[in-house]
Amino acid sequence: MTATAKSPSAVGRAARSLVRWETLLAVALLGLIVMGNALSPFFLTPKNFSNLLSALMEVAIMALPLTLIIILGEIDLSVESMAGLASAILGFMWAAGVPLEIAIPAVLLVGAVGGLLNGLLVARGGLPSLVVTLGTLALFRGMALIVLGPRGISNFPPAFTALGFGDVPGTVIPWSFVIFLGIALILGIVLHRTWIGRQVYAIGRNAGTARYSGVRVTRVRTSLFVLSGVIAAFAGVILTSRLSSARADAGAGMTITAVTVVLLGGANIFGGSGTIPGTVLAVLTIAVMQNALRLASVSVEVQSIALGLLLILSVLIPTVAHQAKKVVDRVQRSRHQSADAIAGEHTPVTGIEEELS
Amino acid sequence: MAEAVVPVRSGRRSVLMTIGRQRELSLLAIMFVLGGIVSLIAPQFLSVDNFSQVAVLASITAIAALGEAMVIITRGIDLSIEAVIGLVAYCVARSLELHLVDPVGALAIGLVIGLVLGCVNGFVIAILKVPPIVATLGTLSIFRGIDYVIAGPHQVPLASLPAGFAHIARTDILGVPVFVLLTVGVVVVGSLLLRSTRFGRQVYAVGSNPEAASILGIPSRRVTFTAYALCGLLAGLAGVMWVIEFGTINGTAATGVTLAVVAAVVVGGVNTLGGSGTLAGAAIGALFLGFIANALILVGLSQFWLQAIYGLVILLAISSDQLIRRSVQRANTRSTAR
Repeated sequence: MTATAKSPSAVGRAARSLVRWETLLAVALLGLIVMGNALSPFFLTPKNFSNLLSALMEVAIMALPLTLIIILGEIDLSVESMAGLASAILGFMWAAGVPLEIAIPAVLLVGAVGGLLNGLLVARGGLPSLVVTLGTLALFRGMALIVLGPRGISNFPPAFTALGFGDVPGTVIPWSFVIFLGIALILGIVLHRTWIGRQVYAIGRNAGTARYSGVRVTRVRTSLFVLSGVIAAFAGVILTSRLSSARADAGAGMTITAVTVVLLGGANIFGGSGTIPGTVLAVLTIAVMQNALRLASVSVEVQSIALGLLLILSVLIPTVAHQAKKVVDRVQRSRHQSADAIAGEHTPVTGIEEELS
Repeated sequence: MAEAVVPVRSGRRSVLMTIGRQRELSLLAIMFVLGGIVSLIAPQFLSVDNFSQVAVLASITAIAALGEAMVIITRGIDLSIEAVIGLVAYCVARSLELHLVDPVGALAIGLVIGLVLGCVNGFVIAILKVPPIVATLGTLSIFRGIDYVIAGPHQVPLASLPAGFAHIARTDILGVPVFVLLTVGVVVVGSLLLRSTRFGRQVYAVGSNPEAASILGIPSRRVTFTAYALCGLLAGLAGVMWVIEFGTINGTAATGVTLAVVAAVVVGGVNTLGGSGTLAGAAIGALFLGFIANALILVGLSQFWLQAIYGLVILLAISSDQLIRRSVQRANTRSTAR
């Protein structure tokens, strides 16, 4: 009996690791690449892919700390406005003659302060992060408009615009992609290999239990919002560099894509699970998908419909799979029970083993 | 000793609770004071024309805010509301331009499209169990995308709308603009629905404690679905009003309106954690924001301040609610401890 009970669960475990979200995502990514290659000869030309990646990097960079925040069970909708505020302040300072060596750190500091505001209201104030960051989404964008108004600042030095636009010398890898991978590596190690990461997961699964286990819940929450603010501001700097222009409306609409990336990467919107490799894979998947859609001359408008569907599906599919698994489990259990019942009444244990195998 | 202290405490508590409860009154009081200051700087603020213009503009936000309030009371949120307003506005304006419908038909089309989009949200959230934030962030992108696809670069000009259609916004009955009467009517009907019907009590029950509600046998799926459907219907009405008010409509109509709508709801005293709030509060919240926008222009600050003020207002409203809630709780635990 024990042998038969064990073997399906071992199979189940193998099957479960096979259908891990990240594995599925990697398969989908490969499938998209193969399909795209068959459809168009321009699909994976290095230059094409490089352009595409660099266009997605600001969102990708914002999505990394957002992954941690969503694992925590919170959300930060204000990232796109923080990027806009960073761009506006950078442009304003540059136009006022402040050198970039001072302006960029100042902008990152603004990001930290903005993130601290979110963090304090959520962690100390006990307010829902959805509404707090919806408020700062409006506040930061409004401040950007107040600082810069409708004008654009565009006479940045070439050394700066290379940051978002240029490639690593001798390759077609955009600098911004290198930066993205660097941040991903650091956050990945912190999340998956250190006690800080374990605390993040613990809070996301059950904040109360985490608090009683000695996790400084308030501090972790606050620091992650600060981190999100700083990195969103940094994404704003990269965006300014890529467009060679600072504008108050920079980054508008990026939050939806960033949230889609994180959820497509397998993070649970209710907190407690999600990985950095998943988010990185999701970034690549969305880049390839956008490339395919663009080569198939699908308009940007239709792409926005596709993105919305993808966002909903990336939450819907795991939920449905979970429900289906529960149903299957229940059916199996009831079959076991009825088999046990039959066994108890009529046949010795060996009888069922034959029946089951 | 204790007897001497307790009445003071309970007195303070009741003051706090009164403020907490009478959000509508305290908002009106703030508007009164601010209005006094603004009218000193800009005397034209106090004119009847100005008041009715503020009220007409605010009534569009207010109608949308009523739907949003209902959804937030069920512990949800609808971030797609601006896309619903925009899509409805374009469809209505375009079908009028092509002479497919008369103005009454246009109203019907707008309401039906709004209702259908609201049902889509309701289906994804209540039946498919996708969390509201994800579902409506997704449909925000989808509805706006559909709007862009239908509209393309086309813009329906004011001139191609039927004569008199845009005039409705300027029409008044006994000195009160039609839009304001309409809003008051919807507030009254909506409040009756929430206060005096089974559905209304179920909305509050689902919002204040979903688990308890389902244990009590409340059909929370149906209640949630209906709330999103009604929100879509009201957004549809707001979309039609948008066409009447602004006339010139393209694919980007109503972009960014969600923030104003949510701000109105939150300022109006609807608890963002669900379970409490009134429709009258949400409508007064919308009036409050419209009033601030108007005051900004009259005082000479640029329109760019508006966005920041919406954000600030949201943050101030939820923080002050939280402070009141906490001190009421503290006062409660102290008095029970004694």
